Amino acid sequence: MNKIGIILSREYFTRVKKKSFLLTTIGVPLVIMVFYAIIIYITVSGNNEKQKIAVLDEANIFNGKIDNKEQELEFSFLKNETEQSFISKYKQEGFQSFLYISSDSSASKKYRLHSPSSTSLPTIANIESIINDAIRVKQLRANGIDPEAFERLTKDVSLENTIDTEKGSKKSFAGIAYAVSFGCGFLIYMMMVIYGTQVMRSVSEEKTNRIAEVIVSSVKPFQLMMGKILGIGAVGLTQFIIWIILLVVMQSAIPIFFPDLIHQINNVPQANAENISLLTNTVQGIASLPLLKILLSFLFYFIGGYLTYASIFAAVGSVVSEDQQEAQQLVFPVLMPIILGFVIMTKAVNDPNSDLAVFGSIFPLTSPIVMMGRITYEIPLWQMALSILLLIGSFLFFTWITGKIYRTGILMYGKKASWKEMFRWAFTKG
Amino acid sequence: MNILELHSLKKYFSDQKAVDDVSFNIEKGSIFGLLGPNGAGKTTLIRMITGIFYPDSGEILFNGKKFHPMNDIIKIGYMPEERGLYKKMKIGEHAIYLARLKGMSRTDAMTSIKKWFIKLEMESWWNKKVEDLSKGMSQKLQFVTTVLHNPQLIILDEPFSGLDPVNANLIKEEIYTLAKNGATIIFSTHRMEQVEEICDQIVLINQGQKILDGTVREIKQNFKENIFSIEGNIIPENLMTHIFEVVSFDKGKLLVKLSKDTNNNELLNFFINQNVSIQSFNEVLPSLNEIFIRLVGETTPTRKFEMIN
Repeated sequence: MNKIGIILSREYFTRVKKKSFLLTTIGVPLVIMVFYAIIIYITVSGNNEKQKIAVLDEANIFNGKIDNKEQELEFSFLKNETEQSFISKYKQEGFQSFLYISSDSSASKKYRLHSPSSTSLPTIANIESIINDAIRVKQLRANGIDPEAFERLTKDVSLENTIDTEKGSKKSFAGIAYAVSFGCGFLIYMMMVIYGTQVMRSVSEEKTNRIAEVIVSSVKPFQLMMGKILGIGAVGLTQFIIWIILLVVMQSAIPIFFPDLIHQINNVPQANAENISLLTNTVQGIASLPLLKILLSFLFYFIGGYLTYASIFAAVGSVVSEDQQEAQQLVFPVLMPIILGFVIMTKAVNDPNSDLAVFGSIFPLTSPIVMMGRITYEIPLWQMALSILLLIGSFLFFTWITGKIYRTGILMYGKKASWKEMFRWAFTKG
Repeated sequence: MNILELHSLKKYFSDQKAVDDVSFNIEKGSIFGLLGPNGAGKTTLIRMITGIFYPDSGEILFNGKKFHPMNDIIKIGYMPEERGLYKKMKIGEHAIYLARLKGMSRTDAMTSIKKWFIKLEMESWWNKKVEDLSKGMSQKLQFVTTVLHNPQLIILDEPFSGLDPVNANLIKEEIYTLAKNGATIIFSTHRMEQVEEICDQIVLINQGQKILDGTVREIKQNFKENIFSIEGNIIPENLMTHIFEVVSFDKGKLLVKLSKDTNNNELLNFFINQNVSIQSFNEVLPSLNEIFIRLVGETTPTRKFEMIN
């Protein structure tokens, strides 16, 4: 046990002290935040510049007046012009674009927007909705219906989902639940793939380096394998914890770094309202989730899933030689169930009680990822218990057989082991 | 007192009898040579002695008791032929790490490493990285990490390969000192001239089996071919006799093979009677290299794979 500790701490500290670790650990959240800031900046700054649009309304859809909710668009109506005569002039007169509505009802291209370069999609969508609104109002009036009354009568409903449990009712926030599920599943998926392959690379490095033989003359191969798996796992855990802390800190620090930005957001009434409702929704949504259950099961599946796969990756690393292509071939069947788990998880967040999701969350090779997809929903106790037991069982089983493959493989030089040989190492005594 | 006794050790792999019924004893404090051509089964044998492999059958006694890898492994130092170190680690840290895996505390490891580094003139290396070392330097480091926990049994697989003569001598002296202080050394190699010089006792294995066991002197006596070398003013025309056959004659040095039922005094008398003034006369014993080639060369040079069920 003590020797596993010595190996674990070497594996851990050599990795954590590396510059590349520091770089990715600090750099990744930094890059994410910079992107985030750029996106906020672009969205906010888009509001500043008004687009002037000239309108030639030959069909008289607007009745000379546009009910404009979009702040960034400014419309001016033209008189005594034709489409042909104004095309050459709208740029000089300071318009960004020129909207032409033909009076010919049979024309296939009744609406045209002229601009010197292609207009952005949101602007086109805005203009389209303005035209659509105007046409609808006109049609309603023509049929003797008061548009305001129509608006009241056809109001969209918003359905509130209340979850009833023994502890009482609470509001459900599907979006938040979805995001939390998906996020947890994705983190576990990343952990398995990134750190699992790191275990594999490190094992095969030790083998080709011939250091393995020196070490196993002091410790049992199993101790070396476990020390390495636990050490690298601890590195992964450290990295994720630092990422989460950094993201939380930086998120709350954004107003300090960009006071103008927040000011601008607050100046836009619409964005403001949306922001507030989004914020309260998020807070309420997170509060509505069974947080303790999510946290505990996340930790359990995170660790259980990593340990199971890391031992398989270690065995693969022990049988390959210098040839990286060999490693690729052997890794593929190991990655398959991980990717499968990820795919099932994306389905499970939408349909948590489908047969596929239930199976995926119990089958131990996919359960760490898939269970995260169902975690915000009520899961029958027997399914949860079975899933946990199977994962523990498969961890024990896989470390047992991969330990045997590892023990033989790590001292075999030269030739690549076949699946048949590995199977024999795993299941014969010796 | 034997530090190690092997009783009919066997280890079969799926397609090879790697070690096939090998027994021998190693006396405490001796320098023991384990010889054999490539692929003879030396490494497999050593891996069983170091507890890396379990024998299929047979028994290993360590200090008279059944070998228990968990407890006895820390009394053994093993330097494999295929050596490796963590390239990115600092040398001092690396040595401490390996010593701690052998059960030493950090402070004990530190004292021992410092002592050895001074002895082998490596003090300035402490903060260098392993990847900065030359092959010979990392060889020295490897030797230090093998012996620094004061093992009773030290197993060195080709310890001099890659070392220049100066450093090879340095290591050789250390091996002698360790043996003098009571450690037993198993020295695995196929370089015979080193064995002749260093080892008290040797075992030769080939194709998984022991084919020779004894002290260097004994073995040479057993394999001698009654060849003598005589130097003096010999006249080649006068060499017709039934006492010996001429093997070669070159620049006044004569090599002869004595016939059966004659002894070296008759040979000497023959030349004295001819009034030859003899400058030197001695028996030529075969070198271990010759014995090795004679024994091993008779068999197929490389092992064939066979099916074993």
